[in-house]
Amino acid sequence: MNFDFSDDQRLLQDAVRTMLAETSTSQAVREVLEGRASQCEAVWRNLIAMGAASAAIPEQYGGAGLGYLELCLVAEEAGRHLAAVPLASSFYLAAELILRAGSEAQKRHWLPKIAGGAVIATATLASRERYRAPAPLTFDGETLTGTTPALTDGGIAGLAVLQVGDELVLVDLAGAGISRKPVPTLDPTRPLAELQFDHSPAERLPTTNAAAVITRVLDGAAVLLAFEQVGGAARILQATRDYSLERKAFGRQIGSFQALKHKMAEIYTAIELARVHAYYGAWALSSDAPELPKAAAAARVAATRAYVVAAEEGIELHGGIGFTWEMDCHLHYRRARHLGQLIGSEHAWRARLADELIKEAA
Amino acid sequence: MDFRDTPEEAAFRAEVRAWLAAHGQKRTRPDEVFGEGLDDAAKLAAAKAWQAKKAAAGYAAITWPKAAGGRGGTAMQQVIYQQEEAAFVVPGMIFEISIGMGLPTVMTWAAPELKARFLRPGLAGEEIWCQLFSEPGAGSDTGGVRTRAVREGDDWIINGQKVWTSGAHFCDYGILLTRSDWDKPKQEGLTMFIVDMKAPGVEVRPIHQMSGDAEFNEVFFTDVRIPDAYRLGPECGGWKVMLSTLMQERLSVGGNLPTDLHAHLIALAQQCAWDDRPAIEDDRVRARIADAYLQQKGVELVIARGLTAISKGKAPGPEMSITKLVAGKAMQDIAAFALELAGPEGMIGHEALGGDWRYMQRLWLGSPGARMGGGTDEILKNVIAERVLGLPGEIRTDRKVPFRELERN
Repeated sequence: MNFDFSDDQRLLQDAVRTMLAETSTSQAVREVLEGRASQCEAVWRNLIAMGAASAAIPEQYGGAGLGYLELCLVAEEAGRHLAAVPLASSFYLAAELILRAGSEAQKRHWLPKIAGGAVIATATLASRERYRAPAPLTFDGETLTGTTPALTDGGIAGLAVLQVGDELVLVDLAGAGISRKPVPTLDPTRPLAELQFDHSPAERLPTTNAAAVITRVLDGAAVLLAFEQVGGAARILQATRDYSLERKAFGRQIGSFQALKHKMAEIYTAIELARVHAYYGAWALSSDAPELPKAAAAARVAATRAYVVAAEEGIELHGGIGFTWEMDCHLHYRRARHLGQLIGSEHAWRARLADELIKEAA
Repeated sequence: MDFRDTPEEAAFRAEVRAWLAAHGQKRTRPDEVFGEGLDDAAKLAAAKAWQAKKAAAGYAAITWPKAAGGRGGTAMQQVIYQQEEAAFVVPGMIFEISIGMGLPTVMTWAAPELKARFLRPGLAGEEIWCQLFSEPGAGSDTGGVRTRAVREGDDWIINGQKVWTSGAHFCDYGILLTRSDWDKPKQEGLTMFIVDMKAPGVEVRPIHQMSGDAEFNEVFFTDVRIPDAYRLGPECGGWKVMLSTLMQERLSVGGNLPTDLHAHLIALAQQCAWDDRPAIEDDRVRARIADAYLQQKGVELVIARGLTAISKGKAPGPEMSITKLVAGKAMQDIAAFALELAGPEGMIGHEALGGDWRYMQRLWLGSPGARMGGGTDEILKNVIAERVLGLPGEIRTDRKVPFRELERN
């Protein structure tokens, strides 16, 4: 039984954590929150330079060639430190789609650029839930015309991978006929933009089974995002616990009241359950196990719930001060919501988990 | 990261498997229990015979030192043995307290001649031990025990009552927590003894549980005489002795939850109807099945993390403290939802309802007990808050007051 990360993997995690503690400060994240920056440049530079962001990209395509277990631990730290960088857009989604659906030439051209930080990439994949009818977006085999949904990091991306009907289409955003429109968001630390195309040159990712690739990439992203969620949840619980030891009311530390102690114990319990489901997802992802769909859905649901609860109750347990702009509580409240909706809601993934379990029992 | 045995663990597992195949009886139904069709006396005799075989083969106390009659093995070997034994029809919890609590306490605190007297017969199942800590006024607050020990020459005279004692009706010896000094604060006036459960003045009465079973007892002590030689640890050192007994559990992996619960739930949802269609087709039912899996598999995976630590020769991490908290409530929630699938018919006893309802009905009736044994949910949340998160302990007004001045629990 070896259901844990190795010492080497933990060393990488420690190095990333140390770097993020210095660079992904509350002040740095607030530069993005308040619109003075579109991402934390220093954090991004370091994640790229350390080979942390590209951990799962093979060396032959310019990545660090470590693996998914390493990327999971990088994700946990990114989540813990609210890293305001295009890690999910570039590495969990776009690079994975190119790696699994791209031609050899596309992989050789784009993956080293993504891994080395020369290009930020983003992607959109259809989700089951929606409100508005999708804007028309058509691909004629050579050019793309129409508007994308709001894409995370769409404002800074140099490359996009888009699901158009049943196809995956790659578009170089430095090309002609492209405009970007920022879209307001509930988590401004992860900015959104729509991309508008007018006969913009684009190319197909020549997979024969785009649906299977998309499912696989979403499962992988579910696991990686679960690590971000677990990291974020653990951080806000720690901050809440620390504050409850500082703040006094009725002549005592508020953290000595059983109502607060029990609530924090419940949050800890939710986080540890989410953590083991995320670990199980990491195992399935890294070993390409047939359990991946089930493990990824379980990790997604448990981690989404844990971060949302930790963030909501974190504000509640702080009391009035937690409702102010100056405290970081709302950064977690926003990030928990962003991560929980990015690739489809908790509700959709719970339905997926049930489908997998019932399929398995049949 | 993987779920495989190390080569050493695989070798030990193969050895255990071969021994069990040669000596044990493989389970043929999931709910098959040891001693079906035997009366209590015959079942006990058969259990003792099985324990003797285990002891002779070195599987009765794998982690005990060789000098004490154990195997001198690792905690992981103990886990592997238990995993393999689970596929066989073996006695349930009969010897757990002997091996896990009673005898280790003897090993730590008793004089050499007493160890020589008690360890071997206990290990071989010839004598069975129970644990006598809880009282009507000392449940979660174990320090509140009032069973009185008064010194008389070379003996102690015991009067009082214990409760929730597993197996007291068939046990031979027990470890008994008493109050020997009423002028000291509560935790400082306690003394631990070995008590002969067959001694004059010991009376055992079964407790009729809400589940209909009687796994536990009340034990009454009336002028029971215990020689001072049977004292474990110093006079008034009982609290420390008790903590050492409970510390034996530190390498155990905590709460457990059957790993087939969601499969049972799926099977029942396939059999039950919702608007004349199988309930399994209803999305709300499916969502509840997913949630059942999250709890059940979560507990299994936390335990897998604990086993990983044990496999590497380390102590399990603090996350282990959540397993019993999650498992108890999950058991209750899953069983209750299973009953709901049948609507009004869900109240019909399994004897009349037929099908696979026995399992979930038993689980539903037993789960309130599972949420309390080994610590109530509320105590466990305090433990997590204080020991894992480092939050302040509860305000205590009873720490420094002589016990006799405290208000009675």
